[in-house]
Amino acid sequence: MLSELSAIIESLVFTAESALSTDRICDLLTEYSREEIRSALAELEEYHQLRNGGFELAAVAGGWQFRTRPVFQPFVTRQIKAKSSKFSQSSLETLAIIAYRQPITRAEIEHLRGVDCGGVLKSLLEKRLVRILGKKDIPGRPLIYGTTKEFLEIFGLKDLKSLPTLKEIQALDEAPQYERQDELPLGQELLIPVESDLPFE
Amino acid sequence: MSRSGSSHQAGENVPLLDGLHEQYSVHLDTFDGPMDLLLHLIKKNELDIYDISIAVITRQYLDYIKLMKDLNLEVAGEFLVMAATLLHIKSRQLLPLDDPEDAEDEEADPRAELVRRLLEYQQYKDAGTLFGARALLGREVFTRAVTEPFLAAAQNEEGPLEVSLFELVDAFRLLLARIPAETFHDVAPGDSLSIADCINEILALLQEKETIQFDDLVSDELTRERVIVTFLALLELCRLKLIRVFQGEQHGSIWFVPAVAPNLAEV
Repeated sequence: MLSELSAIIESLVFTAESALSTDRICDLLTEYSREEIRSALAELEEYHQLRNGGFELAAVAGGWQFRTRPVFQPFVTRQIKAKSSKFSQSSLETLAIIAYRQPITRAEIEHLRGVDCGGVLKSLLEKRLVRILGKKDIPGRPLIYGTTKEFLEIFGLKDLKSLPTLKEIQALDEAPQYERQDELPLGQELLIPVESDLPFE
Repeated sequence: MSRSGSSHQAGENVPLLDGLHEQYSVHLDTFDGPMDLLLHLIKKNELDIYDISIAVITRQYLDYIKLMKDLNLEVAGEFLVMAATLLHIKSRQLLPLDDPEDAEDEEADPRAELVRRLLEYQQYKDAGTLFGARALLGREVFTRAVTEPFLAAAQNEEGPLEVSLFELVDAFRLLLARIPAETFHDVAPGDSLSIADCINEILALLQEKETIQFDDLVSDELTRERVIVTFLALLELCRLKLIRVFQGEQHGSIWFVPAVAPNLAEV
């Protein structure tokens, strides 16, 4: 059974236009303390995990939002048209560099990738995944780039700190470290092949 | 340098190239620049990244560039830069060191810098692949759909969306495109409009009205000069944190409101 406060928060998240931040919930529910709201949120999150339903409570872009589980994608798309947001390898690479190294200039991105990034950068700007943060105080005053809130929303990330560290990515490439898998905030479909390897140990 | 290098290679390795033709044609568009190609070659030859045989890699790399030319693909300058780098490394390996003590220095290995860059690139390439494999909103994961009238009502209540500089520039470009091309040359007018005047004008307008639309600012005098000066004035006002810039909807008109507190201006 959910506590009353958890149920209230559930109703707020359900009716929210976009991801609802904890701060906003606290503002809306002045009669409850921040600690109460935090623990109620934790309870609600656990409730939805155990429920194993069609959607889950996801922590994205600094807020809370109900999202369908990725496994039901084939069924959901029968009703809702999936966006054909296909990312090319080069735009994903560029996005990764910006995400990890922001604030970063175009020249720095190009040095890392070894190719011209003008076109890729422009399309990322148009998709609102990347934004201009300002200008760097070096000769030429080049523009510096960073990722947007939309980037966190689309890639389902809680915040920039929840990006897998580059060390963890390297570890994935080498010998899989099963003890650490839980800590990696990866999509489920990535974990499945690793888990299926387990019987061979 | 690389041009003569590649044609020389081609003379030597015609049969090899024929084989490459079939092998590579599938992969051609998947190489994202010279770093990607080098990593592929290293993996294909099962080389240790810390101990690359520059001779092998350079030969195959140049073959690949030759192939790109054969297929009438434009060989981007970056590929030639990397070819030059590879040849430079090879030549440094061949030459004896001036100072034998340098040999003990780790950095003395001419390949070190390239290896460092390749490893770094590999990291971001993997990170990118990981990003692409995530469950993306609108592709694998969906949120509750809000019906259009609901959405519109909610947006009206919550106020306009904030816009980025990028969109402001876009709006400006659209506006410039709307101005009819001037059919005559005119001498620079005496009473040219200064940005300072324009700023004062906008500020005065903002005191009368709560919000102004970008289009309204220039509607009575739609000339290139007026639009540009207005735009510069708005940018300056943003910089001074005197106004805030909003957009009602995607690709909608852009609105300006006076910033209440200076620290609220974010654009």
